[in-house]
Amino acid sequence: MTSHTQLAHLQRLEAESIHIMREVAATCENPVMLYSIGKDSGVMMHLALKAFYPSKLPFPILHVDTTWKFREMIEFREKFAAEHQLDLITHINQEGVAMGMGPFSHGSAVHTDVMKTQGLKQALDKYGFDAAFGGARRDEEKSRAKERIFSFRSAQHRWDPKSQRPELWNIYNNRIQKGESMRVFPLSNWTELDIWQYIHQENIPIVPLYLAKKRPVVERDGMLVMVDDDRMPMKPGEEPEMKMVRFRTLGCYPLTGAVESTATTVIEIIQEMLLTKTSERQGRAIDKDSNASMEQKKQEGYF
Amino acid sequence: MTTKSYEVQQSEQITNDIEGYLHDQEHKNFLRFITCGSVDDGKSTLIGRLLYDSKLIFEDQMASLENDSKKVGTQGGDIDFALLVDGLAAEREQGITIDVAYRFFATDKRKFIVADTPGHEQYTRNMATGASSADAAVILIDARKGILTQTRRHSFIVNLLGIRHAVVAVNKMDLMDYSQEVFQNIEAEYREFAENLDFLTITFVPMSALKGDNIMTPSDKMPWHDGPAFMSVLENIDVARKKAEKPFRMPVQWVNRPNLDFRGFSGTISSGTVKPGDTVIVLPSGKVSNVKSIVTYDGNLDQASADQAVTLTLEDEIDVSRGDVIAEINQRPETTDQFQAHIIWMGEQPMLPGRPYLIKTTNKTVAGEISALKHKVNVNSLEHEAGKTLALNEVGLCNISLDEAIAFEAYRDNPAMGAFIVIDKISNATVGAGMIDFGLRRATNVHWQAVDVDKTARAEQKRQKPVVLWFTGLSASGKSTIANLVEKKLHALGKHTYLLDGDNVRHGLNRDLGFVDADRVENIRRVGEVSKLMIDAGLIVLTAFISPFRAERRMVRDMMEPHEFIEVFVDTPLEICEKRDPKGLYKKARSGEIKNFTGYDSPYEPPERADIHLHTAEMTAAEAADAVIAKIEEKYQEV
Repeated sequence: MTSHTQLAHLQRLEAESIHIMREVAATCENPVMLYSIGKDSGVMMHLALKAFYPSKLPFPILHVDTTWKFREMIEFREKFAAEHQLDLITHINQEGVAMGMGPFSHGSAVHTDVMKTQGLKQALDKYGFDAAFGGARRDEEKSRAKERIFSFRSAQHRWDPKSQRPELWNIYNNRIQKGESMRVFPLSNWTELDIWQYIHQENIPIVPLYLAKKRPVVERDGMLVMVDDDRMPMKPGEEPEMKMVRFRTLGCYPLTGAVESTATTVIEIIQEMLLTKTSERQGRAIDKDSNASMEQKKQEGYF
Repeated sequence: MTTKSYEVQQSEQITNDIEGYLHDQEHKNFLRFITCGSVDDGKSTLIGRLLYDSKLIFEDQMASLENDSKKVGTQGGDIDFALLVDGLAAEREQGITIDVAYRFFATDKRKFIVADTPGHEQYTRNMATGASSADAAVILIDARKGILTQTRRHSFIVNLLGIRHAVVAVNKMDLMDYSQEVFQNIEAEYREFAENLDFLTITFVPMSALKGDNIMTPSDKMPWHDGPAFMSVLENIDVARKKAEKPFRMPVQWVNRPNLDFRGFSGTISSGTVKPGDTVIVLPSGKVSNVKSIVTYDGNLDQASADQAVTLTLEDEIDVSRGDVIAEINQRPETTDQFQAHIIWMGEQPMLPGRPYLIKTTNKTVAGEISALKHKVNVNSLEHEAGKTLALNEVGLCNISLDEAIAFEAYRDNPAMGAFIVIDKISNATVGAGMIDFGLRRATNVHWQAVDVDKTARAEQKRQKPVVLWFTGLSASGKSTIANLVEKKLHALGKHTYLLDGDNVRHGLNRDLGFVDADRVENIRRVGEVSKLMIDAGLIVLTAFISPFRAERRMVRDMMEPHEFIEVFVDTPLEICEKRDPKGLYKKARSGEIKNFTGYDSPYEPPERADIHLHTAEMTAAEAADAVIAKIEEKYQEV
């Protein structure tokens, strides 16, 4: 080793994330890890397994199920939780279910607010979690770039971007009053490329939807929507078409656009990603509403 | 011979040798830097330009950027790069950067994380935040304006946070006709100023972020500049801190105990290298053992170095917990409960010496106080100034005294072992950032003198339980009157008492103190200490002080045993106090003759859970005194 040795890039990111997770486990009373089943969640779970080894995860895993996730996501979740003996909590906003909530009937904004944002708040309140890990990254979106790793939430789960706590070095202030909570983002400094590269390097299992395959899709408002079940009403003249597609992010199937692709392995995804010119969140309907929409949603309690 | 552009080479490598490409990415050198400049120096424009020129802007972002540039841009329809980075809605509207933003980009030589921080004096804390994790600083100067007060402030702050490499970017050269003379004058002036600072390297680059001059490649507009372009400077700063060669230290973050057979200590190595078999010492306890194994999910390691997050097991079953530091035995860090440090104050409320705060180091939270403010540093002139408090964004040299010892090193030598934050005990806000200079040894020379006749013996002789009745309330609320009545009754019952009255104490013990917040805190601290001595003497102490701040009342409560402190809230509405005004003080406060008067221009924080709450509007002083006596009797029953 020379005197100029630095940890390799992913090693350094990994160590930082592990440090953050251990800090929460050591100092928070009742933490939880949000699990969205996506690739970032997969990386976060893998890092958590590393952080506490040989102990098991010292906190439960929470999935807020909107009931409109891709079927393959739910299968993956069940298999993953069983394999690692995780303490998995699945929460569904039953009030939303009673209202017959869905993106087709109520629109994407209302559906996301009720089933995702409100559902998350319900779950956090129900179990009294004082800290919740999320897999968000700073390179995803402009308001995320300014959010702290330990992000304070009021008792109403609100984020106040103007009064964030200064966050220096790797010394995190997670002290809160009763009812308040922390959202903790251990992947803050990872980029989309880092995530894929780490999945490749560590052989982390991912939902097969990330890989290209012939799938039934229809094109709506410039977005390729996969017909995942018979709840999707067809408009006149619409006919699902079998196309070679994959997904860059996973969420509610009617709100997640597919991209045409031939990448059937992780390494091909990385190649494709490096050679394309479209940023990741473009596939999500939710960000397009208004310029500052993510910031606004986050203030309201969205992850 | 033709050379292919970096972009083309890269695309070919991605297509033909993706594994090789990823390997190169993974082992690319890495730099974290901070950009600082004033509102219009073009910081966001520079970063937007770096992202744009390093091909990190995707087509959809580009479309949205073009759209926004037309709508809210400041470049008359041209692309406004600042819009790429000013993320918060308020920032876009005001056209300024409020908060620290972290950006990622890479060239073929290096990966970068840049902390983009605001330049205004009111955002000094944000700049310190960004600087805390950076290895180099880019200091922007507007060529038209030259070196400004804020240039000095930014340089001082980043240097205080330990940054040793500065790149001075003289921007907007296009507006000064790319004049060599302008640039050289700025360089000369900066070099003279920087003599007072502690930078290892300072590099000057004339540029135009807006036009792209001297950013990625040397500009033909400034042929007189023979130095490299900005990006090349960033790629070549040597920041290797040789952390791995320093003595081994690992702050214990979490005790890893899956079952009775395994006991590991998890943490991130601050410096040095560790191997199985190494003899280590655990601080502050001083226990010694050997490293048995370095455990990770990917298998046990033969050695681990700085920045790695690992789990160590030891040969011996010794007591180790979160907050301890495991260190090399022959070069151990010092331990102390008192040290000197520079503090950047980040709280909206001023720092008050003597007030209890929480001090958090990388792995330990300890109660403590800033025992003295030795001097303030004027962040604009770098001059030392006397002061009693630190306001938001002020920097001071302080003595800190902790309730427990910590292992530490000077921040200059080992930032991970010398940094701490200050947390407000009541609001939980992060109110300060500190960098330890050295330990103070005073603590080891003053010992508590044990005596044979103790508090219990003295109290038994007097046939009473010592207690302090702490009367708090506004001026003229009736504290002294009620306390006086209570003392008379207790005296009649044969109890040994002493009444400490606010006005009387200020004639003697505290005659040197005024009424600004810092003095109020010291006033109460001294009264608390005197009360504690009197309790030790076995007395029942009554105190009548406005004592307006919760933090200080809690500080006194914390000095005593739990049953020894009874907080009596004399709750009299301000209007009634004003009407009574026996000393004419409210009248003077109203006319502005006296300043910092509680209830007027100085706040009163009412107790949240007083032990006795007297609503004096609804009772006479005698009834109030009876209520207090009844409560004491009840309290005696409990004890």
